[in-house]
Amino acid sequence: MAMVSSTTGRPVGSAPDAAASPLLGEHHGVDLLMSAAVIACVAAVVRALFFTPVDAMLGAVQKIFYLHVPAAVVGLYIACGLLAVSSIMYLWIKDDRIDRLAESSAEVGLVFMGIVLTTGPIWGRSSWGTWWAWEARLTSTLFLWLLVLAYLVLRGAVESQESRARLSAVMGSLAALLVPFIHLTVKLFRGMHPEPVVLAPEKPKLPIEMLTTFGMAMVAFLLLFFALLRMRYRWTTMRDARAALLSA
Amino acid sequence: MTLPHREPRFLTGAWQVARKDLLIEFRTRSAFLAASVFAVLAVVIFRFTWDPTGIPAFELAPGVLWVIFTFAGLLGLNRSFALEQQDRAFDGLLASQLSRESIFAGKVIANLVFVAAVQALALPAVALFFDLSVGSAWWAVMAIVLLASVGLSAVGTLFAAIASNTRMAELLLPMMTLPFFVPLVIPAAQASALIMRGQPIEDGLSWLKVLVAFDLVFVSACVVAFPFTIEE
Repeated sequence: MAMVSSTTGRPVGSAPDAAASPLLGEHHGVDLLMSAAVIACVAAVVRALFFTPVDAMLGAVQKIFYLHVPAAVVGLYIACGLLAVSSIMYLWIKDDRIDRLAESSAEVGLVFMGIVLTTGPIWGRSSWGTWWAWEARLTSTLFLWLLVLAYLVLRGAVESQESRARLSAVMGSLAALLVPFIHLTVKLFRGMHPEPVVLAPEKPKLPIEMLTTFGMAMVAFLLLFFALLRMRYRWTTMRDARAALLSA
Repeated sequence: MTLPHREPRFLTGAWQVARKDLLIEFRTRSAFLAASVFAVLAVVIFRFTWDPTGIPAFELAPGVLWVIFTFAGLLGLNRSFALEQQDRAFDGLLASQLSRESIFAGKVIANLVFVAAVQALALPAVALFFDLSVGSAWWAVMAIVLLASVGLSAVGTLFAAIASNTRMAELLLPMMTLPFFVPLVIPAAQASALIMRGQPIEDGLSWLKVLVAFDLVFVSACVVAFPFTIEE
């Protein structure tokens, strides 16, 4: 019994090789994960703005916290962690899917890190009195953002799919080694030049309403991250399939 | 009687590659000339942006020194693999019996000599134009410069190999390498500033530890990673 592709109507396997199927990763219909993520984000924003008490000390600007912290967790830890692990894994097992995962997490992670780097100074301006402080966390985040940007520029500058994957995996693996060094250096730098600015005071215990809002925002951002990651991953699959078809 | 065939030893091979690169550089002197003119020009330009009554020379000089070292180094690193692109010379090198690792080590040695030569010129220039007196601690400054140069050459050579495979090598190399130079430039500049201020070297021991750790980790990591940058 010949299986028939739902999208093309052609029998599956009629193409001489798998790479020649341009519709490899095409998906139709509503992206349910993305819809859920958007609804969760809207719900989290509404709750944060209208149903969460205003902080007595920091005022309304404290609400940036619900955007900033989940974006930092997702962008810095999950996306960069995925990028580092998949880069090292690629050098080991050389699977194209791992390379696509690295590319997708770098791109989506850059967006979330961008959110962190824009919301941070807005909060800092009203709480610390300065847009930017050369504090270890801020500086490390900035360098990480620049590294991921350079990683994506490198990917854009290599023509062949195989060398693009290989070269960017080398850079991703080395960057994973670099991040602890940057953090250590910047920390030492601060340690030797203390400034009178009082940075983040000891985190107070959050009241339950705020904690719930934070939890909702966290879930919403996680959903959004994985929905965007899947979207980018599917797109890279189609792009590579198209490139393989054109070069065949 | 024929001698039994032997694979070239690691360091012998590395030295042959380094010697080849340095010989080409010595005969053309193109990159060295560009880098040293850049270094002296940069010192002069920095001098005119500086108000000696506001900031003492020993506060500014380490920053100037490390900006110059980094960018002058990049000029040489760019050439390291661009050289091999002509007439596909790199294929000849790969077809030789040298291991990938010893080719890399050779390139790193050549770049280290290049960077050190530029530094040997820039360091006195900065001392002269900024009226610095390092005194008896000059050997400490040299040690810091050398430690940082090892890491700079290793990481820079690896990224030069990566960049030579791309469409815009000259633009991409600084973008990729400069974040990697952060844990070199900050400790090196801080430690040399300590010495120029006349503080004992013990005060900068934690900076030196960072430099040594960076060198150990990245020299080994780059040697392991280099074969992956070559298309088989």
